[in-house]
Order: sequence, then structure tokens, then C-alpha cells
Amino acid sequence: MDSIKDKVAIVGMGCVKFGENWGQSLEDMIIDAAYEAFEDAGIEPHDVQAAWWGSVFAGESGSIMSTPLKLAYIPVTHVENQCATGSEAIRGAAYAVAAGVYDVVLAVGAEKLKDSGYSGLPQTRPVCTWSYRLTTQTPAAGFAMMATGYFAKYGLSFEEGKRLLAQIAVKNHHNGSLNPKAHFQREITLEQAINAPMVSYPLGLYDCCGVSDGAAAAIITRADLAKNFRSDPIYIKAATICQGGREGWLSQVYDLAHVEETYRGGVAAYREAGITDPRKEISIAEVHDCFSITELTIMEDLQFSERGKAGEDIEAGTFTLDGSLPVNTDGGLKCFGHPIGATGLRMLYEVYKQLQGKAGERQVKNPRLGLTHNQGGEPGAATVSVLIAGNELG
Amino acid sequence: MAGIVSYGAYIPLFRLSRAEIARAWGCAAPPGERAVASYDEDSLTMAVAAARDCLKGVDRALIGGVYFASTTAPYKEKQTAATVAAVLDLPMHVFTADFSGSLRAGTNALKAALDAVSSGSAESILVCAADVRLGYPSGPAEMNFGDGAVALLVSRGQTIAEIKHFDSRFYEIQDTWRSDEDTFVRSAEDRFAMEEGYVEVMVEGVAAVLKKYGLATGDIARFALNSPNARQLRSVVQKLGLDEKTQVRDVLHASVGDTGCAMSLLGLVAALESAGVGETILLACYGNGCDVAILETTERVTSVSACRGVEKRVASKDLLRNYEQYLRWRELLPLQPPARPPIELKMPSPAAQWREVPWEMRLTGTRCLNCSTPQYPPQRVCVNCHAKDRMEPYRFSDVPARVFSFSHDYVTQTLDSPVTVTFVDFEGGGRIMCDMTDRDPVEVQVGMPVEMTFRRLYYVGGVYNYWWKCQPVRC
Repeated sequence: MDSIKDKVAIVGMGCVKFGENWGQSLEDMIIDAAYEAFEDAGIEPHDVQAAWWGSVFAGESGSIMSTPLKLAYIPVTHVENQCATGSEAIRGAAYAVAAGVYDVVLAVGAEKLKDSGYSGLPQTRPVCTWSYRLTTQTPAAGFAMMATGYFAKYGLSFEEGKRLLAQIAVKNHHNGSLNPKAHFQREITLEQAINAPMVSYPLGLYDCCGVSDGAAAAIITRADLAKNFRSDPIYIKAATICQGGREGWLSQVYDLAHVEETYRGGVAAYREAGITDPRKEISIAEVHDCFSITELTIMEDLQFSERGKAGEDIEAGTFTLDGSLPVNTDGGLKCFGHPIGATGLRMLYEVYKQLQGKAGERQVKNPRLGLTHNQGGEPGAATVSVLIAGNELG
Repeated sequence: MAGIVSYGAYIPLFRLSRAEIARAWGCAAPPGERAVASYDEDSLTMAVAAARDCLKGVDRALIGGVYFASTTAPYKEKQTAATVAAVLDLPMHVFTADFSGSLRAGTNALKAALDAVSSGSAESILVCAADVRLGYPSGPAEMNFGDGAVALLVSRGQTIAEIKHFDSRFYEIQDTWRSDEDTFVRSAEDRFAMEEGYVEVMVEGVAAVLKKYGLATGDIARFALNSPNARQLRSVVQKLGLDEKTQVRDVLHASVGDTGCAMSLLGLVAALESAGVGETILLACYGNGCDVAILETTERVTSVSACRGVEKRVASKDLLRNYEQYLRWRELLPLQPPARPPIELKMPSPAAQWREVPWEMRLTGTRCLNCSTPQYPPQRVCVNCHAKDRMEPYRFSDVPARVFSFSHDYVTQTLDSPVTVTFVDFEGGGRIMCDMTDRDPVEVQVGMPVEMTFRRLYYVGGVYNYWWKCQPVRC
């Protein structure tokens, strides 16, 4: 089995400001993100030979993306893989380049969620399969059950658990406050997070990420051509997707205090990238903090923290901007926002800027390897992507 | 001789104090409280609950028929008895029939069961009766009605009580009715309905039967009578010269109410629960006529397990917070819609529902023949050992279980916020994600024992979507 490592490079990226973009259409955001990427790569739209389009809610077919951009009769592939959709678009684009079929490709992810009128996600449950589960619970409840499971497994009281989760929200709000493109750019206090109204017990308002409009785009080319576009290309080291068989919903073996797909996806990505000590080797990580409990368990599943010990690392500040492994430096889903199809590309946008030393106030010192992680579905039945990128070959 | 082989009862957990109804309307109230079906219960789900109570320890393969009686069936056209039989995992050859139209529907069904069993056309018949009747808000029926269900297994031999006689008379009168366009039960002027309807016909009917079989009221140990309220019951008791304390011992009006066509049969179950051997019980039910049965208990009556019946269900209760909660649960008030589009509940696909009857209705999953792992919903490839098509059916509905994890969802739409979502782990293996109902959120804990209960999830496009939920173990 071969690997994607160092076969392709990202030479241009774009990302719009996420948020309740009442004044912008989906098409406006696609154009703004894609043209920022074209400009960043120093290419013209007609240089793009193929495109991958990631969106869950925007509608059917690649024409949703080719229409506003007026792409000239090139192949556009529409991908959907829950919250990993944006990362799936990058992966498809990267694989096509690695296969040697195309030299310059475009990946775009976008979502216009706020027109739906929901504070959460619109419903997409299928009717014919698993129809017995047509209850009205929100995704928050699925993740809240992991918080209950984690608290129970590691003996945390409700108060101890809430305090631990609140620190994640406070950190991500701090990072978001330094980011002009984030949906929420406001610091919060620990007390605010702990005492916020309950959304789905034990998760309160600040344990849940924003639902936003947004778009992000990447230009991908062959690694050996990358320096023709720019002096500081970013090389892809690993791009994995991991899906299980819903074991966690079917079997008592699953502890509901971690996400197996994230653990296995991490193992596969580290193998592909040749990483043996992720906590030391990864410089920054953009992970899928759809809920605070998710970021907590991801720290353990990606082997940044030992099982049951993520709390100690959080207390020690390991994952803050000044810590040894900064996580969600751009504010994360919590504050940057979460337009599903755009999120994986938005994460890569931050990693790309950080690895180039262009992250402004949020810049971490000398990063070498960055990781992005998406987790769709719910604990016990997740769809996970792990992507690793670096600013050097080898 | 044919008779009752087993019995079951179901009284919903929730009660509404009549004083609380009176508080809302600024009127006087009779004492006590009434039973209120939970927001996710109806006559079908309550009949299932009573039937499951009745069938504890009974070999379901021997059941030849299911009769469902109610004036408040979920569908005007679609048989409830067939759904009940499917949920109970009964074989396809079982004869099913619905009885409706009057408060005698329950005793009508009992008569039909008795005739079928006596004639030999069926080995045994399960009779279920349930009602969720609506009285007009602020009216007396709203206070006096109650929700509940009962189930009786009728067979020859092995009876706990033989049905010695069954007599009936009809009586045409417009005293209590509900047309095909009505939501609420209507009544004629109170004294007319009482004097010329219920009291007159009940007294005449009972007296005629006693006379016919040469019995005096003193020969009857217990009378199980339906009644619209305690006052009218007392009037019948006085006219017949019965001893209210020993011969009637009504437990329903104080805490449950008039449960429609289930009421007289619930009274019968209450009588059987405390009956001695060789006692005579008179069952009488009024509703456009009067059905009267004379039963005699056998030596088996005292060996019925105490785990079933009326008494425990009456004692197991929780009070509704207020009258407004009742209005919300019965959807009697238009409410402010959420400030966002309502969650689009799709009509369940009839084809998918039909395909999934075995595992949706019966809560039947699979158990791997290779590694013995139970799993739900049914899997073809084993979740544990990945063996393909090596499965046997495995029913989870009666397996003891515990809460593995839970959450209270405060943002989703429901008539009973928050929605309590759980992962439930079953004894012997298997895990299901489902809602928890009839719970106090502050008492929900990881590890608490739960039992499965068949409930209505929602109604959309003219279709009631039923499935299972868990609930804290009740009795």
C-alpha cells in the first residue's frame, strides 16, 4: 500500500468570514473563497483542470459550484460525507492529482445554513433505513450522551465535568477573538460557560458550536510543480477517512467515552505520514469541536493525551496558543463556525496560514506539521477524516 | 367451563388532581384525581401495556384471537387489534377484531370471546379494552373521565374464574354520545341521563339477572360496575341495597376516573386480585344497554402472581404539574410555534413500515448463531464476529435493561420537554438508542433499571408512528 505523503501540495487557499452572512448568497461565498484561492496561487480560473465540491445541504450535483464560477466544461465532482465533507473534497482532489490525471485542481466547500431558519442543522434523516429512529432529538443529544458516558467512566461529578468542558469553550473563544474571519470574536468567562442555559444535558450553550454560513477553497497541484506557483507550498502528508459499522450503537463493547473512528483514523494517518509520537511531532491541530466534549475525547483519540487524562493537559494549558500543542488556533467550530461542507477546508486554511507563518496574532512558533480532523455523525456511528500537512518535504 | 385464565391492567403513571382542574376554571371539584395518558400514549399503546401485563408467563402460541375494544381507537379505518397482535408477537393465524361504539365495547368483546371459546372455535382469546376519552374543557366529564386499559385472557380450563352466565339487554337512549365529527363526549341533561339512563338500566339489568338465576345480592361477594362518577355509582348501590364497603369497594373513581369501556373490566380485575376461592362476582357494564356476567372464582385465583393487575398500577403514580400540562399533552390549545421552522417529521414510508413490522413493532432484533451476540436492529453481518446470515430472531421487549448513558434535550420540539434520550443496555447483550418516557429528569441516572414500553412517537400525514421507549421500572 502506497501513501499520499509528499505527492501533492496546496498552493493557494481562500476562506470567507464565517457567520450569519445574511447579505451573501451561497454563490457569493463560493466566488469569494475560490477567487481568494486563485489569487493566492497566482492562477486564473481557467487554469483549473478539475474540481471537487463539498456540500451537504446546498443541493444536488457539481453544477451548484460550477455555475457561479462559470467553470469551463471541466469535471466537477460533488462529494458528501457528513461533517468530513470538506476534507473529502480535498482528498478527492489530492488523489486525482496524485494519480497523475490532473496538474491543477480546485476543492471548494460551502454551506448556506442560516437561510433555513434553524439554530441547529436542518433535518436530513432518511425515511427508509433506520426509520424506527425517527425521533426528534437533536445532534446535541447524541454528543451529550458521550459527555454523560465520559463523566461516568472517569468518575467526574456533573460540576467537575462542566468545569472541564467550560475550559475548552473559554480557550476557543479566546482564539476566536483574535480571528477577524471567525463567526464569534468574543471572549467568555469560565462562569459564563458553566452557567449558560442547558441545550442538551449536560451540554450548555457554550458547549455547542456555532451554525454558520461560509465557504473555503484550495488549489492543489503536484508536489514537484508546487514551487512554480509559490515559494512556500504546503505538502499533504496524510489524508484518511475512517468509518465503522455503527458498532457503538449496537454493541455494549463501546464505552461512549471516546470515538473509535477518530482513534483509528488517527492511527492510519500517522502511519501514512510516518509519525510515531503525535504529541511531540504535531505542531498544531484543528479538530472537530462540534461540542466541547468532542474536543476533549479527540485529544485522547488522536493520542495527544492519555486515556482519561485530557483533563490534566487542559488544566496545564497544553492546547492553548502558548501551549506545547495548540489546538483550534482559529477558534475552532465553536467560534469560527461550522458550515458543514466548508469546515474541513476552513481547518486546512488555518493550518496552511500557520505553516506559512501568516496567522497574525494567532501565529504559533515554528510549526512544522499541522493536523485537521473532522468527525461527522454521532459518537458510536461516526465519519472521521484526518489530514496532515507540512511545510517541508520529507 | 370457559372463564378468565389471566388478567392484566394498565393505569398511566400520571394523575391530575381534580382540585387542580377546578383551580383552572374556578369551579368546585369532586375529591381525588384522574389518570391521564402520557403525551405519547393512546388506547392502542395502553392496550398493549395491559396485554403484556396479562401475558406474563403465558405461552403466546396458544392464543387464538385478539379482541380490541375502545371508543377512542387511533384509526377510524385500520384495525387496532391487528397492530396489538403484531406488537405482542402473536402468530399470523390469530383472529383479530375491533369492538367499538359504546362503553359496552369491552364487555361485548368479552361476550364474543366467551362464545368463541365455548363453541370451540378458539382455544383462547385475549380481550383488551382501553379508552382515552376527552371531556369538554371545564365540564364535569373532564374531571370524571380517566385513561386506562385492561386485558383478560379467556379460555376453557385452567381458569381463575369461570364465567357462569352472561346476559345482555340493549336500550336506545341519547344520554352520552360522540358523533363522527366530535372530539369531545356529549351528554344529555344530567338528571335525565342519570335517572332514565345509567341508574335505571343498571339497576334493572342487574336485578333481572339475579332474579333469573335465583341469586340474592347477598350471594354476590363483589360487584364490578362501570359508572360515570362516584355519585351515580352510589345511587345504583343504594337502589340495589348493596354494601358499598364490602361488595363494591370501588378504587377507580378516587384515583383513576371513568375509564370508558375498560372500567367495568378493571373493576373485575380489582375484584379478582383480592378474591378468595369460590366467590361469586357480578360484572355489569352500562352503555346503550347493559351487559351482566356472573363469575365464580376457582382455587387458582389465589395463586396469581401479585406482579400484575390494578392495585400496583393505581399505587404507582406521579402528579401532573398543572392543568395546563394536560391541555398541552392532549393538544387542546394552539401554542406559540417555535421561532424557527418546525422539524419536518416525514410520513413514515408505508413500505418501510411494513417491511420493518417484525423488528419495529415487536422489538425483535437478531442473535448471532456463531457468537451469541444479541443486536438491534436486526443485522445480517454480525457486529461482533462479522459472520454473515447466521442469525436467529431475538425479541428485546421483555428483557431487563439498564441506562448506559442519557441526555435531556431541551431544544428539540416535543409536547413534554426535555426529550430524554438514552442508550439502553440489555441483560445478556444488545444496546438500543431510544427515548425515555414517564420519567422525572432529575432522577435519571447511569445504571438505573428500565423496562421497554410501546409508545406513539408522533403523528404526521394521518399516520401514527409507534415504536418503543424505555421507562423507569414502575411496579
